[in-house]
Amino acid sequence: MTQMPMGAVPKKKDEKLKVIGKSNGNPKKLFYEVKRNYSAYLFLLPKLILFTLFVAIPVVWAFVLSFQKYKIFGSEFVGFANYIKVFESDAFRIALKNTLLFTVVTVPFGVISALVLSTLIFELGKVSQSLFRSAFYLPTVTSMVIIAMVWRWMYNYDFGLFNYVLGWFGVGPVNWLGQSSTALWALIIMQCLIPFGVGIIMYLASMGSISQSLYEAARMDGASRFKQWIHITIPLLKPTTLYLVLLSTIGSFQVFTQIIMMTGGGPGSATETLVHLIYKTGFRDFEFGLAGAQSVVLFVIILIFSVIQFRVLRHDE
Amino acid sequence: MKKKPLDRLNKLIIFGLLTVFAVVSLLPLYWVFSTSLQLSSYQSQDMERPVSYVDSNPPKMYPMGIPLYFKHWGEAREAAKAGDAKEEEYHRDMMDHIVSNSFGSFKNLFKKHDVGKWFFNSIYIAVVVTIGILLIDSMAGYVLAKKKFPGRNLIFWIIISTMMIPGQVTLVPLFIMVGNLGLMDTHWALILPDLSMVFGVFLMRQFMYSIPDELLEAARMDGASEWRTFWTVVLPLARPGLAALGIFTFMNVWNSFLWPIIVLNTSELYTLPVGLKTLQDANLASFKLLMSGAAVAAIPMIIVFILFQRYFVKGLTLGGVKE
Repeated sequence: MTQMPMGAVPKKKDEKLKVIGKSNGNPKKLFYEVKRNYSAYLFLLPKLILFTLFVAIPVVWAFVLSFQKYKIFGSEFVGFANYIKVFESDAFRIALKNTLLFTVVTVPFGVISALVLSTLIFELGKVSQSLFRSAFYLPTVTSMVIIAMVWRWMYNYDFGLFNYVLGWFGVGPVNWLGQSSTALWALIIMQCLIPFGVGIIMYLASMGSISQSLYEAARMDGASRFKQWIHITIPLLKPTTLYLVLLSTIGSFQVFTQIIMMTGGGPGSATETLVHLIYKTGFRDFEFGLAGAQSVVLFVIILIFSVIQFRVLRHDE
Repeated sequence: MKKKPLDRLNKLIIFGLLTVFAVVSLLPLYWVFSTSLQLSSYQSQDMERPVSYVDSNPPKMYPMGIPLYFKHWGEAREAAKAGDAKEEEYHRDMMDHIVSNSFGSFKNLFKKHDVGKWFFNSIYIAVVVTIGILLIDSMAGYVLAKKKFPGRNLIFWIIISTMMIPGQVTLVPLFIMVGNLGLMDTHWALILPDLSMVFGVFLMRQFMYSIPDELLEAARMDGASEWRTFWTVVLPLARPGLAALGIFTFMNVWNSFLWPIIVLNTSELYTLPVGLKTLQDANLASFKLLMSGAAVAAIPMIIVFILFQRYFVKGLTLGGVKE
């Protein structure tokens, strides 16, 4: 693999908005250019129609909605009232805090464990490499719904695996998901124990593209394997690491499935997260305007990370 | 060029460590299958009451039907040797009971619940969306990569800029939109928004760049129409990209959950993840049944993964994947 695995980042050469052909400023020529290329527009048409209806309009609408009190006939413009409500409500603050804690623990853990695991895997032969890669990626292709269902059982108070294993050490049964002091941590532990399959695959691909001559030179200087790892491997994997950190941070801010399948945000609001709160506000309480404002705030948070990702990666090309 | 190989002991240690981690990571999946086949009711001659191994403490790590089946099989053979026909029949009956009980929840799922329908819905929606995406996105990606026409860059940038917007942001407006179009609680409410995802346009455009212009030129010289060129020259060359995109689309649609639970209300229309949720909500007690449902939902993805593994790797390293 010679190419660095990169995120969805366009190549530099497309960056400039070139004006095509010689139609510059000449309406007649422009019309001619459009007519000559009618087939290109036809090829684009299906995507453009779908995109407009189900992406573009909803995106704009989401912003409009956040300034409205939604009614089926004649929505009312309410200015920043929804946003004020968002920031004044305890529910949002708690959801934000929970989501942050979830992210701050699970993202570094996931990325570091992916780095360590892929380093170990990379030492092995070809067959064992692909075997372990598959073993760690398989849970990633399985629906989170399924994984959440099993974990809910593993956390069961009476006959779950966790309490059984704790019993070996004489630690009393813990009501993992049933009490607010442990529920969020139970979800965090679960996330940490699901291998970061995407990370492992991308790290392995990047490690394969590091030139062996670097290691050879280091060996000549008598550097130990561990030193080689610290001083060569890790620095050269930095772009991949950054990409993975941002990818999983963005993903982590959207955590939802585990919540609704395992705790429903409870007990109380101990495991409430941003997306689950949006879901509840919008589709249980049908407060569309408020849910819209919550979504916009979530969007801004994620956008910050996306922009960082975009910049960092573009500099590396 | 060669890495210095590790000595055997170190290799063994690494192998052992990785095996432990792999077991931990695969344990939940193993648990699904093991529990779905767990014996939920068993009573031998010397037991006062039937026992269930599904929620026993300590938990049983493998389907208990397997050792018990062989136990009865052995005893049936001994009884046959001793000429005790009654005893032999008892053990034969027990063997039948063990088999039918172990696989019983799968039968129940399809008989008493709509799992058959959910499975069909999931398959057909995933297939329709995948085929649709492959066609629509490769058409768009092709002209965006290979044709020069006014507005090309503008269109591309508008489409790409929405890649950064998480799906949850448009949840509410999309809900209203789908309602206004009269699509609520239909499969169109899932299919159309899925077909609008933009990741594929980006991926296909990157891929189409690598197709040499000379080939397209040659096709044009031969008098092939635009569509014919696309169909017979471009698409075959883009096959690896199409495979990667197809697999990720299938996986995303198969596992999609948040949007389907919002727009679907009728059990007959559910996809598997939505169905599983209602099953869990309604059926707290029967873990065996739940895990059988989970197994039914997991198996197709596992098969797809095993068959197309290398495209997963390719797709991941080609461009980031949207969860």
